[in-house]
Amino acid sequence: MMRRLLLAAGILVLGGCMEVEQASTPERQAGQTVRRDTAAWNNEPLAGGPKWSKGDRTSWEEQIKKRQLAQHEDRRIYQ
Amino acid sequence: MARMKFLCDAERCIECNGCVTACKNENEVPWGVNRRRVVTINDGVVGAEKSISVACMHCSDAPCMAVCPVDCFYRTADGVVLHDKDLCIGCGYCFYACPFGAPQFPQAGAFGLRGKMDKCTFCAGGPEEDRSEAEFKKYGRNRLAEGKLPACAEMCSTKALLGGDGDVIADIYRERVARRGNKGAEAWGWGSAYGQPPKGAGGAAPGVAPSAPAPTGAKS
Repeated sequence: MMRRLLLAAGILVLGGCMEVEQASTPERQAGQTVRRDTAAWNNEPLAGGPKWSKGDRTSWEEQIKKRQLAQHEDRRIYQ
Repeated sequence: MARMKFLCDAERCIECNGCVTACKNENEVPWGVNRRRVVTINDGVVGAEKSISVACMHCSDAPCMAVCPVDCFYRTADGVVLHDKDLCIGCGYCFYACPFGAPQFPQAGAFGLRGKMDKCTFCAGGPEEDRSEAEFKKYGRNRLAEGKLPACAEMCSTKALLGGDGDVIADIYRERVARRGNKGAEAWGWGSAYGQPPKGAGGAAPGVAPSAPAPTGAKS
Protein backbone atom coordinates (compact mmCIF):
# COMPACT_ATOMS: atom_id res chain seq x y z
CA MET A 1 0.00 0.00 0.00
CA MET A 2 2.76 2.41 1.03
CA ARG A 3 4.65 1.52 -2.12
CA ARG A 4 1.68 2.40 -4.30
CA LEU A 5 1.20 5.70 -2.55
CA LEU A 6 4.87 6.56 -3.01
CA LEU A 7 4.66 5.61 -6.67
CA ALA A 8 1.59 7.79 -7.22
CA ALA A 9 3.22 10.69 -5.37
CA GLY A 10 6.36 10.25 -7.48
CA ILE A 11 4.38 10.41 -10.71
CA LEU A 12 2.64 13.59 -9.57
CA VAL A 13 5.96 15.20 -8.60
CA LEU A 14 7.58 14.26 -11.89
CA GLY A 15 4.49 15.47 -13.74
CA GLY A 16 4.97 18.88 -12.20
CA CYS A 17 8.52 18.99 -13.53
CA MET A 18 7.16 18.75 -17.07
CA GLU A 19 5.04 21.88 -16.85
CA VAL A 20 6.07 24.72 -19.07
CA GLU A 21 6.25 28.26 -17.69
CA GLN A 22 3.37 30.20 -19.25
CA ALA A 23 2.99 33.17 -16.92
CA SER A 24 2.32 36.56 -18.41
CA THR A 25 4.99 39.18 -18.17
CA PRO A 26 4.32 41.68 -15.33
CA GLU A 27 3.55 44.61 -17.60
CA ARG A 28 0.91 42.52 -19.34
CA GLN A 29 -0.90 41.65 -16.13
CA ALA A 30 -1.13 45.32 -15.23
CA GLY A 31 -2.62 46.55 -18.50
CA GLN A 32 -4.46 43.54 -19.90
CA THR A 33 -4.99 45.11 -23.28
CA VAL A 34 -3.82 43.77 -26.58
CA ARG A 35 -0.59 45.37 -27.65
CA ARG A 36 -0.66 46.48 -31.23
CA ASP A 37 2.07 45.28 -33.47
CA THR A 38 4.68 47.37 -35.22
CA ALA A 39 3.95 47.52 -38.92
CA ALA A 40 6.39 45.50 -41.04
CA TRP A 41 7.47 48.55 -43.04
CA ASN A 42 8.51 50.38 -39.86
CA ASN A 43 11.50 48.07 -39.51
CA GLU A 44 14.94 48.68 -40.89
CA PRO A 45 15.61 46.32 -43.84
CA LEU A 46 18.15 43.63 -43.05
CA ALA A 47 21.55 43.74 -44.68
CA GLY A 48 21.55 41.61 -47.81
CA GLY A 49 17.78 41.20 -47.74
CA PRO A 50 14.93 42.91 -49.58
CA LYS A 51 15.15 46.70 -49.53
CA TRP A 52 12.57 49.36 -48.71
CA SER A 53 12.59 52.76 -47.04
CA LYS A 54 11.92 52.45 -43.32
CA GLY A 55 8.45 53.77 -42.52
CA ASP A 56 7.41 53.94 -46.17
CA ARG A 57 4.55 51.55 -46.63
CA THR A 58 4.41 51.99 -50.40
CA SER A 59 8.03 50.94 -50.94
CA TRP A 60 7.55 47.92 -48.66
CA GLU A 61 4.42 46.91 -50.55
CA GLU A 62 6.17 47.33 -53.88
CA GLN A 63 9.03 45.05 -52.98
CA ILE A 64 6.72 42.45 -51.39
CA LYS A 65 4.58 42.53 -54.53
CA LYS A 66 7.64 41.66 -56.61
CA ARG A 67 8.17 38.73 -54.30
CA GLN A 68 4.54 37.68 -54.68
CA LEU A 69 4.79 37.79 -58.45
CA ALA A 70 7.90 35.62 -58.28
CA GLN A 71 5.51 32.83 -57.27
CA HIS A 72 4.05 33.03 -60.76
CA GLU A 73 6.37 30.84 -62.80
CA ASP A 74 5.05 32.17 -66.11
CA ARG A 75 6.33 35.62 -65.25
CA ARG A 76 9.44 34.37 -63.49
CA ILE A 77 10.60 32.04 -66.22
CA TYR A 78 9.34 33.50 -69.47
CA GLN A 79 9.96 37.18 -68.89
CA MET B 1 -3.66 48.15 -49.40
CA ALA B 2 -2.42 44.61 -49.10
CA ARG B 3 -4.68 41.98 -47.55
CA MET B 4 -2.48 39.00 -46.90
CA LYS B 5 -4.03 35.65 -47.82
CA PHE B 6 -3.08 32.09 -48.68
CA LEU B 7 -4.38 30.26 -51.72
CA CYS B 8 -3.72 26.58 -52.42
CA ASP B 9 -4.09 25.13 -55.89
CA ALA B 10 -5.45 21.61 -55.40
CA GLU B 11 -4.42 20.67 -58.97
CA ARG B 12 -0.78 21.29 -58.16
CA CYS B 13 -0.38 20.15 -54.57
CA ILE B 14 1.53 16.88 -54.53
CA GLU B 15 1.21 16.28 -50.79
CA CYS B 16 4.96 16.57 -50.28
CA ASN B 17 4.49 18.32 -46.94
CA GLY B 18 7.31 20.70 -47.81
CA CYS B 19 5.18 23.60 -46.52
CA VAL B 20 4.63 21.81 -43.21
CA THR B 21 8.35 21.17 -42.82
CA ALA B 22 9.29 24.70 -43.86
CA CYS B 23 6.88 26.14 -41.29
CA LYS B 24 8.10 23.90 -38.48
CA ASN B 25 11.71 24.66 -39.26
CA GLU B 26 11.34 28.39 -39.79
CA ASN B 27 9.32 29.01 -36.64
CA GLU B 28 10.74 26.21 -34.48
CA VAL B 29 7.21 25.05 -33.78
CA PRO B 30 7.00 22.84 -30.68
CA TRP B 31 6.45 19.11 -30.80
CA GLY B 32 2.80 18.19 -31.27
CA VAL B 33 1.84 21.48 -32.92
CA ASN B 34 1.27 21.79 -36.64
CA ARG B 35 0.55 25.30 -37.74
CA ARG B 36 0.15 24.00 -41.27
CA ARG B 37 -0.86 20.59 -42.56
CA VAL B 38 -1.74 18.96 -45.84
CA VAL B 39 -5.21 17.48 -46.12
CA THR B 40 -5.87 14.84 -48.78
CA ILE B 41 -9.24 13.55 -49.91
CA ASN B 42 -9.83 10.35 -51.90
CA ASP B 43 -6.33 9.22 -51.00
CA GLY B 44 -5.10 6.65 -53.52
CA VAL B 45 -8.04 6.99 -55.90
CA VAL B 46 -6.60 7.74 -59.32
CA GLY B 47 -8.02 10.91 -60.77
CA ALA B 48 -9.94 11.80 -57.65
CA GLU B 49 -7.16 12.41 -55.14
CA LYS B 50 -6.83 16.04 -54.17
CA SER B 51 -4.56 17.64 -51.61
CA ILE B 52 -4.65 21.06 -50.11
CA SER B 53 -2.37 22.76 -47.65
CA VAL B 54 -4.30 24.29 -44.76
CA ALA B 55 -3.37 26.71 -42.02
CA CYS B 56 -4.89 29.88 -40.61
CA MET B 57 -6.51 31.61 -43.57
CA HIS B 58 -6.37 35.03 -41.88
CA CYS B 59 -10.11 35.52 -42.40
CA SER B 60 -11.39 39.01 -43.09
CA ASP B 61 -14.19 38.31 -40.60
CA ALA B 62 -12.40 35.89 -38.32
CA PRO B 63 -14.64 33.74 -36.08
CA CYS B 64 -11.77 33.16 -33.64
CA MET B 65 -11.68 36.90 -32.99
CA ALA B 66 -15.39 36.94 -32.41
CA VAL B 67 -15.45 34.16 -29.81
CA CYS B 68 -12.27 34.86 -27.85
CA PRO B 69 -13.36 35.65 -24.26
CA VAL B 70 -10.18 37.60 -23.48
CA ASP B 71 -10.03 39.41 -26.83
CA CYS B 72 -6.45 38.38 -27.48
CA PHE B 73 -6.72 38.54 -31.28
CA TYR B 74 -5.91 41.53 -33.41
CA ARG B 75 -5.50 42.23 -37.11
CA THR B 76 -2.44 43.95 -38.53
CA ALA B 77 -2.56 46.73 -41.09
CA ASP B 78 -1.93 44.19 -43.87
CA GLY B 79 -4.78 41.93 -42.79
CA VAL B 80 -2.90 39.26 -40.85
CA VAL B 81 -4.81 37.82 -37.88
CA LEU B 82 -2.49 37.51 -34.90
CA HIS B 83 -2.94 36.92 -31.19
CA ASP B 84 -1.30 37.93 -27.95
CA LYS B 85 -0.07 34.89 -26.04
CA ASP B 86 0.23 36.99 -22.89
CA LEU B 87 -3.54 37.32 -22.85
CA CYS B 88 -4.52 33.87 -24.16
CA ILE B 89 -5.92 31.58 -21.47
CA GLY B 90 -5.90 28.47 -23.66
CA CYS B 91 -9.68 27.98 -23.37
CA GLY B 92 -10.00 26.48 -26.85
CA TYR B 93 -13.05 28.47 -28.01
CA CYS B 94 -11.15 29.60 -31.09
CA PHE B 95 -10.43 25.98 -31.98
CA TYR B 96 -14.14 25.20 -32.08
CA ALA B 97 -14.96 28.40 -33.95
CA CYS B 98 -12.29 28.04 -36.64
CA PRO B 99 -13.55 26.24 -39.79
CA PHE B 100 -9.97 25.29 -40.72
CA GLY B 101 -8.81 23.83 -37.40
CA ALA B 102 -5.99 26.36 -37.35
CA PRO B 103 -5.62 27.01 -33.61
CA GLN B 104 -3.29 24.48 -32.02
CA PHE B 105 -2.68 23.83 -28.36
CA PRO B 106 0.69 22.56 -27.21
CA GLN B 107 0.83 20.22 -24.28
CA ALA B 108 2.12 22.38 -21.46
CA GLY B 109 2.64 19.63 -18.90
CA ALA B 110 1.64 16.20 -17.80
CA PHE B 111 -1.94 14.90 -17.74
CA GLY B 112 -2.94 16.70 -20.94
CA LEU B 113 -2.51 20.20 -19.53
CA ARG B 114 -3.25 22.53 -22.42
CA GLY B 115 -0.96 25.41 -23.26
CA LYS B 116 -1.61 28.76 -24.85
CA MET B 117 -2.94 28.74 -28.38
CA ASP B 118 -0.48 28.64 -31.24
CA LYS B 119 -1.33 29.20 -34.89
CA CYS B 120 0.05 30.32 -38.22
CA THR B 121 1.15 33.95 -38.04
CA PHE B 122 1.66 34.39 -41.80
CA CYS B 123 5.30 34.61 -40.65
CA ALA B 124 4.45 37.99 -39.12
CA GLY B 125 5.43 37.26 -35.52
CA GLY B 126 3.33 38.77 -32.76
CA PRO B 127 2.95 41.80 -30.54
CA GLU B 128 6.48 41.57 -29.14
CA GLU B 129 9.17 43.80 -30.62
CA ASP B 130 9.68 42.87 -34.27
CA ARG B 131 12.52 40.42 -34.99
CA SER B 132 13.32 40.16 -31.27
CA GLU B 133 14.28 37.00 -29.42
CA ALA B 134 11.05 37.21 -27.37
CA GLU B 135 8.96 37.38 -30.52
CA PHE B 136 10.73 34.43 -32.08
CA LYS B 137 10.31 32.30 -28.96
CA LYS B 138 6.59 32.96 -28.65
CA TYR B 139 5.44 33.35 -32.23
CA GLY B 140 8.23 32.34 -34.58
CA ARG B 141 10.07 34.30 -37.20
CA ASN B 142 8.79 37.61 -38.49
CA ARG B 143 9.53 37.30 -42.20
CA LEU B 144 7.17 40.11 -43.21
CA ALA B 145 9.33 42.50 -41.17
CA GLU B 146 12.26 41.20 -43.20
CA GLY B 147 10.41 41.99 -46.43
CA LYS B 148 9.73 38.34 -47.17
CA LEU B 149 6.67 36.16 -47.62
CA PRO B 150 5.75 33.16 -45.44
CA ALA B 151 8.27 30.33 -45.64
CA CYS B 152 5.64 27.74 -46.59
CA ALA B 153 4.58 29.61 -49.73
CA GLU B 154 8.10 30.54 -50.75
CA MET B 155 9.26 26.96 -50.19
CA CYS B 156 6.43 25.26 -52.12
CA SER B 157 8.14 23.37 -54.93
CA THR B 158 5.15 23.22 -57.28
CA LYS B 159 3.95 26.69 -56.31
CA ALA B 160 0.62 25.18 -55.36
CA LEU B 161 0.60 27.27 -52.22
CA LEU B 162 0.55 30.98 -52.91
CA GLY B 163 0.90 33.60 -50.21
CA GLY B 164 0.59 37.35 -50.38
CA ASP B 165 -1.85 40.10 -51.17
CA GLY B 166 -5.20 38.52 -51.97
CA ASP B 167 -5.59 40.49 -55.20
CA VAL B 168 -2.14 39.56 -56.50
CA ILE B 169 -2.34 35.84 -55.77
CA ALA B 170 -5.92 35.67 -57.08
CA ASP B 171 -4.64 37.13 -60.37
CA ILE B 172 -1.88 34.50 -60.51
CA TYR B 173 -4.43 31.75 -59.94
CA ARG B 174 -6.83 33.24 -62.49
CA GLU B 175 -4.11 33.25 -65.15
CA ARG B 176 -3.27 29.64 -64.37
CA VAL B 177 -6.90 28.56 -64.72
CA ALA B 178 -7.20 30.43 -68.02
CA ARG B 179 -4.08 28.65 -69.27
CA ARG B 180 -5.49 25.26 -68.30
CA GLY B 181 -8.56 25.95 -70.37
CA ASN B 182 -12.12 24.85 -69.91
CA LYS B 183 -11.55 21.12 -69.97
CA GLY B 184 -14.15 20.04 -67.49
CA ALA B 185 -13.39 16.65 -66.01
CA GLU B 186 -10.15 16.44 -68.00
CA ALA B 187 -8.73 19.36 -66.11
CA TRP B 188 -6.90 17.11 -63.73
CA GLY B 189 -3.34 16.29 -62.93
CA TRP B 190 0.02 17.22 -64.35
CA GLY B 191 -1.19 17.53 -67.92
CA SER B 192 -3.26 20.57 -67.13
CA ALA B 193 -1.93 21.91 -63.82
CA TYR B 194 1.01 23.54 -65.55
CA GLY B 195 -0.80 24.47 -68.73
CA GLN B 196 1.19 22.09 -70.90
CA PRO B 197 -0.24 21.33 -74.34
CA PRO B 198 -1.07 17.72 -75.22
CA LYS B 199 1.84 15.69 -76.60
CA GLY B 200 2.49 16.31 -80.27
CA ALA B 201 0.44 19.47 -80.41
CA GLY B 202 2.61 22.52 -80.62
CA GLY B 203 1.72 25.94 -79.34
CA ALA B 204 -0.39 27.00 -76.48
CA ALA B 205 -3.07 25.00 -74.78
CA PRO B 206 -6.70 25.94 -75.43
CA GLY B 207 -7.89 28.86 -73.41
CA VAL B 208 -4.54 30.60 -73.19
CA ALA B 209 -4.83 34.33 -73.14
CA PRO B 210 -3.29 35.95 -76.25
CA SER B 211 -0.85 37.97 -74.15
CA ALA B 212 0.35 34.96 -72.17
CA PRO B 213 3.79 33.53 -73.02
CA ALA B 214 4.14 30.14 -74.71
CA PRO B 215 3.82 27.51 -71.98
CA THR B 216 6.67 25.29 -73.12
CA GLY B 217 8.79 27.84 -74.92
CA ALA B 218 12.49 27.87 -74.15
CA LYS B 219 13.98 30.99 -72.65
CA SER B 220 15.78 32.89 -75.33
